Amino acid sequence: MEDVVIARSLFGTTMGFHIIFATLGVGIPLMILIAELMYQKTKNREYAIMAKRWTKAKAVLLGVAIPTGTIAGVQLSLLWPGFMEVIGKVMALPFQIEIYAFFIEALFISIYVYAADRISPWMRILSVTLVTIGAAASAVLITNVHAFEGTPAGFRIENGQIVDVDPWAAFFNPSFVVTAAHVAVSAFMTGAFVIASVAAYKMLRNKHDERVYKFHRKALIMGLVVGGIFSFMTAINGHESAQLLHQYQPEKLAAAEGLFETQSHAPLAVGGFTDRETKEVKWGIEVPWALSFLADDRFDTVVVGLDDFPEEYWPPLFVHTLFNAMVGIGSLLIMLSLFGFFWSKILKKTTYPKWLMWLFVAAGPLSMLAIEFGWIFACTGRQPWVIYRIMLTEDAVTGNQNLAALFIAFAGIYVLLGVAVVLVLRYYFKRHPIEDELNDIPPSSNGVQA
Amino acid sequence: MTDVILAITVLWGFIFIYAVMATMDFGAGFWSMLYIKNEKTNATNIANRYLSPTWEVTNVFVVAVVVAIYSFFPSAAYTLGTVLLIPGSIILLLLAVRSGFLVFSHIVDDYHKPLTYVSGISGFIIPAFLILVLPITHGGFVDNIDGVDTLMLGRLLTSPHALSFILFAISSTLFLSSLLLADFSKVANDRHAYAIYRRDALILGPVSLLGALLIMVTMRYEATWLFNGMMDYIVWLFISAGMFVVTGVALVIPGKNGWTGLPRLGVVSAFIQYALASYAYGRAHLPYIIYPNVTIQNAFTDPASFRALFITYIVGFIILFPGFIYFWRLFMKDEKYIKSEN
Ligand code: HDD
Ligand code: HEM
Ligand code: HEM
Repeated sequence: MEDVVIARSLFGTTMGFHIIFATLGVGIPLMILIAELMYQKTKNREYAIMAKRWTKAKAVLLGVAIPTGTIAGVQLSLLWPGFMEVIGKVMALPFQIEIYAFFIEALFISIYVYAADRISPWMRILSVTLVTIGAAASAVLITNVHAFEGTPAGFRIENGQIVDVDPWAAFFNPSFVVTAAHVAVSAFMTGAFVIASVAAYKMLRNKHDERVYKFHRKALIMGLVVGGIFSFMTAINGHESAQLLHQYQPEKLAAAEGLFETQSHAPLAVGGFTDRETKEVKWGIEVPWALSFLADDRFDTVVVGLDDFPEEYWPPLFVHTLFNAMVGIGSLLIMLSLFGFFWSKILKKTTYPKWLMWLFVAAGPLSMLAIEFGWIFACTGRQPWVIYRIMLTEDAVTGNQNLAALFIAFAGIYVLLGVAVVLVLRYYFKRHPIEDELNDIPPSSNGVQA
Repeated sequence: MTDVILAITVLWGFIFIYAVMATMDFGAGFWSMLYIKNEKTNATNIANRYLSPTWEVTNVFVVAVVVAIYSFFPSAAYTLGTVLLIPGSIILLLLAVRSGFLVFSHIVDDYHKPLTYVSGISGFIIPAFLILVLPITHGGFVDNIDGVDTLMLGRLLTSPHALSFILFAISSTLFLSSLLLADFSKVANDRHAYAIYRRDALILGPVSLLGALLIMVTMRYEATWLFNGMMDYIVWLFISAGMFVVTGVALVIPGKNGWTGLPRLGVVSAFIQYALASYAYGRAHLPYIIYPNVTIQNAFTDPASFRALFITYIVGFIILFPGFIYFWRLFMKDEKYIKSEN
């Protein structure tokens, strides 16, 4: 295989693995913070127990999030030295500021975990708040580098030299705000739905122990409410992301939608597979005029098709499927949380039917899948460019050969860590069942009633 | 000070802080593994109490060093990235195993011992690979093959110079960490653990000094340019060696209440010892980042980027400083924490 292909696969695998833990690292602290605040407000010990258990999970996940992130950061230089030379000259600010975000997160997560019993409740809340801010900030900042790859700004290349560098113009590149917001809100959404998934699963397993059931019901509602709010924001903001593509990376939008012919009143193709030979989306459903409207809020918007670009600059066409899957999952989860809300608040039912519970169980894994699809779409849809219309991926890659052995070694480590982290989490929560902690609550407290 | 000198000074500062924190970190991991079977002592607990809250903060420093290299000296990052692909990847793999299993070992009580062995041993090897970056920058281990700078791994691993660095890295890791843990044990009022760590420091100190001497001897032949440079800073090296003697004395003189030695003084003098020596090394290394082609001048970033970065450094420092102080007070000074069980 070509070395550039192995390098891309290796880096993509690293990122695909890191993002699972990184997303939870952003999403779970928000849930811990909400649980802490609920505890202060209601004085119901169950919320304190939630915060404690989620913190334990977060501490385990950190054991993988941090080393894989470190791998990602160093691998950028090892695999893409040509790319990092440009980033170093023009776009170093987000990486640098991210270090401060990491420090804030690392300092205060340690304080929150290891000094919890020695600091006041408000100091604890301040600590988790800073952890949440630190994690979200690091996500926003690293995404900014990705945004810059799609909409580079703040420099020119003259005779192969980088000139007129304006680091802040690069930092505030056109897609920064929208893309970073999309990543942040989708991470909050995913963290909340993962919590909801676990809670729903535990409810299915503990129908007969009323205390345990009610405990998990509280967590489920929290997850669904927070997840529902953030899935709305993700969709609205995703729409803006798509409009940015229309404006700045038209061939990526065209590939996402399987559109070949430039046209106004362009139709939106939902589902199906793009066929390169016949230049159409097979087995898809066409919604007339919708794409034009989505691209710029008017039906007569002219959307550029792939035919307007030389074929060597086309992104891989399977990104259509990835894009559809992400949007599909987003829409499904919005409906799911709306339905759950309607069921419990409007119809005032206290139990959910079984099929609905299983849908709740699926919500977490589905949003994680949407994150993966979204990222692979965003990174692969940028091909063949590493910096859009400035640097080709194959020009950025390391000159070193024999990357295959490295790919195998890293993939092996990810499998090892992935399996270990699941086993460790299962071991811990089996050994420390929720019953024990609920039984520690004195019966006189108002903790039992929902 | 010119921008370039400012940049290399900040980078040197980061590398030095990381080197010190990493030796403490990997060393503590090693000791917590070594004494895990010894029921009579708390030495493992003492090491863990240092390690648990700090490893994440230490890890941020390694990221900070990498980011500082590619943001201040992007062209050096290009060469380093190409040359270090293999050793860098090995370090990353070890680091992943080490951090993961360190966390897992604290959660899974039944498998505490095997997990601690995995993290302790992988952590113990990391400094040996990390330090290899230094001899690589001295020149002589990189050949240009088909237009690609390629590291001659075989030549590196058989070079007496590189091997001296490895000896120095491992012994320093264990020396500095045992010294710090001795001090920590004294704060915790644990005489047994103190005696163990004090003894370890006394054994390993001379080994690390031997490693340093071997580095100088081999440097004379394998990196003459650097050796000559360091001879201009011979006074610094002598003072550094003097601080080593101070550390030794600090560990043997009688202290108060029947404790032998003043470990706090030993920690401070050892810190000064390493700071002086690495200052001399760093100065002699200039202007080269990688000898003979990459210098701080020709690798320097765009001036506009540098200024923007530097402003964020100042703002970042102001924001983070109170956080570090608070962290220090909670974990390094709070006797209740250091003494607490498990
Ligand atoms: C829970 C996850 C999730 C969900 C439900 C959605 N997204 Fe998304 N999307 C992401 C998670 C994500 C992401 C993983 O965070 C990406 C990858 C790169 C990025 O910036 O965000 C992304 C990228 C991304 C991009 C590409 C940006 C680029 O290439 O620069 C577009 C156009 C959209 N999204 C649009 C949408 C729309 C219209 C959605 C409608 C519901 C949607 N996303 C739901
Ligand atoms: C965290 C979630 C991410 C995932 C799952 C992901 C996935 C991928 C994949 C699959 C590739 C290979 C593309 C291909 O060859 O088809 C890739 C390449 C790449 N990505 Fe991402 N990516 C992520 C985030 C980022 C971020 C935040 C950045 C910015 C720093 C980034 C920068 C790159 C670069 C530089 C390449 C290599 C060059 C290229 O193929 O264009 N990625 N990524
Ligand atoms: C958009 C995708 C990404 C998101 C949302 C993200 C988020 C995070 C978060 C939240 C953490 C902290 C771990 C935790 O608290 O659980 C983390 C760690 C880390 N990430 Fe990522 N990350 C992303 C992509 C990347 C990329 C592309 C790189 C490399 C350039 C990277 C480098 C790192 C590093 C070095 C760490 C470890 C920091 C430490 O030592 O504490 N991340 N990431």
